[in-house]
Order: sequence, then structure tokens, then C-alpha cells
Amino acid sequence: MITRKVTRKWEKLPGKNTFCCDGRVMMGRQKGVFYLTLFLIVGTCSLFFAFECPYLAVHLSPAIPVFAVLLFVFVMAMLLRTSFSDPGVLPRALPEEANFIEMEIEAANGNVMAGQRPPPRIKNVQINNQIVKLKYCYTCKIFRPPRASHCSICDNCVDRFDHHCPWVGNCVGKRNYRYFYLFTLSLSLLTIYIFAFNIVHVVLREYRNIFEHVVSLTPHCTVLEVLVCFFTLWSVVGLTGFHTYLISLNQTTNEDIKGSWSGKNRVQNPYSHKSIIKNCCEVLCSPTYPSVLDRRGVMLEDLSSPTPSDASAASTHQSSNPVSQTTKSSAPLIPNEHTPDEAKPGIGSGTQKSTSSPKEEKPPSPTSPNAVAPAVIKESSH
Amino acid sequence: KETEFMIRSECSLRHSASLANKVFIQRDYTDGTVCKFQTKFPSELESRIERTLFEDTVKTLNNYYAEAEKIGGQSYLEGCLACLTIYLIFLCIETRYEKVLKKISRYIQEQNEKVYAPRGLLITDPIERGMRVIEISVYEDRGSSGSSSGSSTTSSSGR
Repeated sequence: MITRKVTRKWEKLPGKNTFCCDGRVMMGRQKGVFYLTLFLIVGTCSLFFAFECPYLAVHLSPAIPVFAVLLFVFVMAMLLRTSFSDPGVLPRALPEEANFIEMEIEAANGNVMAGQRPPPRIKNVQINNQIVKLKYCYTCKIFRPPRASHCSICDNCVDRFDHHCPWVGNCVGKRNYRYFYLFTLSLSLLTIYIFAFNIVHVVLREYRNIFEHVVSLTPHCTVLEVLVCFFTLWSVVGLTGFHTYLISLNQTTNEDIKGSWSGKNRVQNPYSHKSIIKNCCEVLCSPTYPSVLDRRGVMLEDLSSPTPSDASAASTHQSSNPVSQTTKSSAPLIPNEHTPDEAKPGIGSGTQKSTSSPKEEKPPSPTSPNAVAPAVIKESSH
Repeated sequence: KETEFMIRSECSLRHSASLANKVFIQRDYTDGTVCKFQTKFPSELESRIERTLFEDTVKTLNNYYAEAEKIGGQSYLEGCLACLTIYLIFLCIETRYEKVLKKISRYIQEQNEKVYAPRGLLITDPIERGMRVIEISVYEDRGSSGSSSGSSTTSSSGR
């Protein structure tokens, strides 16, 4: 009896995420800065525990290193939780759903004359008596829910997209925003704590040495820690303050940067409860949302291509008639002003796909099987 | 378990019927980003199922999701407890949302068995479609003549 290796769904997910531990861990593509973050935090704390804590525990209080350990564990837990969890990725539309949406758009737009640009794909919805525009994502083939945005680094639409943080190596979205906030908050506290006790340590040593006439060698580590903490303080504390401000207004970094809710002619934020406490409660105390990706689900052979006749018909139809249809498939071919950064599939999309797929195969990440994924998924991934 | 049921239902339907069409019930964003689906009755299902049955199903689903996403005493307690245990508690217990999702999948299974499969329809749990749509597969008897294309959807005014 031949035992077949079970294929789990994370192996076939489109997008540029890295997966570890058989799909339990999900990160962004570039991890270099994340390793730097880990190194800085672990390194600085190790120096603190090795060189400062013995002195401080003896001369001041043993509670100091204990509290530092608790804070350090909390910071690391929040960092790993932010980095390794699914930020709220929205799965791409399966072909039937994508076709359904395309047909609705066609019906709404009516006939477009040849040579004329089709209107931008926008849906207006009314949220709390304000009009909000939902944009169509050409990569994921869906109308993005409100507050969702497409991350070009991870190549996914993320719900309540805040920003892609290279320091944690992942997007920050609906599911991991509170962990990210707690990480910056606790890291600020840890940095201030270490910085303060370094100063205390130096002062104590110098003070003692004046009376004891002992030549002291302030360890170089202390100086190093002070430097690291000093520079970290400004950035991390500033970031924590910025996110506290955003939370109190129930805004995301993305909305703040784009100025979605500021300005005279703009819509006021329809998601804000107009009360700081309510906004904080919603962002920090709302229920933990589950991941909709089902990374560890087992791929079933007969469900991976549910309607083979439809799928193959769709793929051959799209590949053989890229230009002839003016509305159905050429609408995505023409980038409009609302999709500057998204994939600009053109007539050469076929060649683009073939050149990009070898690149995707090079990194050892398990997303490389995309190149041999069923045609259904490959079509919808670009 | 849910997917096994879907396979069995699909297989049993396929023996006597073929997949004709899929109808997608979209999200209703009028109350914000909470998970809620439109109760507008799609024209493709007019001949297949009674409007009230369909609306009941969607309204019940909406109520379940509202219950899952409710911000109140229980969600605060869960959040604080989880934070204090640095979220390790979720290795042992299920979140409230996950419990409600299980209830939802049981409800959908029951609805499929009792109401939709006898009418040649099958509801897919929204979680399998990223909580974006409720996918309803429409099956036609193999003996019947050509299936409706379903492309003549009039754009809804709710958008």
C-alpha cells in the first residue's frame, strides 16, 4: 500500500506568503528585517539580564529582573503572534464567483463601444448613511469589502488592512492588529524600563565608586544597551502613540495615509462610534476573528476541480480570446486610474505569467507549487 | 466533516442531477463591516424555492454572525483573559466565534438536508468562500432540457 503525502490547502494558496510548520505559521515574503527585530530585542534583553540584573537584583530589588522577564516574554509572545498569524487574508474568488461578478459588472455597465475605456469598477454602498466606494481587485477578482486593501508585497487582499510591517515580517490587518498594538506598547515599556535601569545602574556604580575609590569599568554592554534603547525609544514610542491615536478614531494607517476621512469634501469616517472608549473597545476587545483561509485543511482530489468542464472551458475561453471581447476580458486589460498598483495584465499576461512562475519556484517557500497548481487556481491568481 | 457532507450531497445530487448554475448572495454592508448577507431574493431561485424559506435562512445566518461578533461582556472577558495568558489559552479553549461557526455549519447542514436538497439546491457555508458570499448551487435534473444561463441578472439597487 502506497502512502501518499497529504496535500494541505496552504500549499496551493496563491499569494506570496511563506508558510512554516505545515501551514500553522504564515508570514510575509521578506523576513530579513523580522530577524533583525528578533536579534535586537533578544540581544539587548540578554545583555540586560546578564550584566545589569545581577547588580540591580542585589543592590536594589529582585523584583526588577522578574518584572523584566515577564515584560520580555510578553513582548516576544506578541511579536510572534503578530508575525505568524493570518492578518485577515481574503481568499481569491473561485472562477464561478469571478464570472458571476463579471457578468454583473457587464450588466451594470451596458455595452462599451470598441476603443472606449470601460468605466472603473466601483460599487457604491451606504454605510451608516455615508456613501463608501468599494473597489474591484483585479488580482483577487472580488469587490473588496470596506476597509480591505490589497497588499502588493504579500499579493493578497487583507481585511481591515492597516499596513505591511517589515519589522514583523507580515501584514497588519483585522486579525492581528491588536497583537501588533500590544507588541508596540509592551516594547515601549520594555525599552523605557531597560533604559531607565541602565541609567540607574551607571549612576549607582559611579556613586559607589566615588566612595569606595574603586576603579570601575562600566561595561560596554551598558553603553550599547543605552544606545539601542535610546534609538528604539523614539521610533517605538512614537509608533505606539500614533496607533493609540488611530485606535481612538477607529482608523487604519492605510486610511490615514490616503486621507480617506479627512478633508472637506470627503466622507466622515462611518466606522467611528464617535466615542474614544467605544472605538478602543471595538478595536481591542472585539471577538477574535477566525481565519477564513483554512490553511491546514486537506486538499481533496475531487473537490480541487469541482466542475472540470466549466473550468477547462473557462480557461481555454480566456486563453484563446484575450482581445476579441471588448467588455468581458478586455476590461481587466486596461488599467484605470483606480488601479495604479495592481497587476496590469495585458495581452502579454501569458508571457508575464510564464516568466514570473520560475521566479516563484526559486525561493524554498512552499508556495512554489503554484506553478503546477490546477489551471483553475492559476487563472484566478493573476 | 462539513466537506464530507458536501461531497456526499453533491454526489447524490449528481447521480440524478447536474450542476446548472451557482447563485451568489452578496454581503450587506449597510451596518458597517459586520458580517451580514443581503436578504434580497435572487431571480434565479424564483422557480426553485419559496421566498420566505430563503429569507428565513439568510436572516438566521445573519443573526448567528451578529451573535458571534457582538462586542459585550463576554468578548471583553475573553479578550482580557486571553491577553493575561498571552493568548496561550486559545490552545485549550475555543473562541466564541469558533463556537458560533460550528453552530452555523450544523444549521446549514440541517437546512440543506431538510429544505434545499429536496429542491435541488445546495448551500455552501460562507466560511469556505472567505465570508464573502453565500454560494447556492442550483442543480437541474439530467432529464430536463437546457439549463438557464442565469446571466440576465439585473443589477440590484442596493449596491
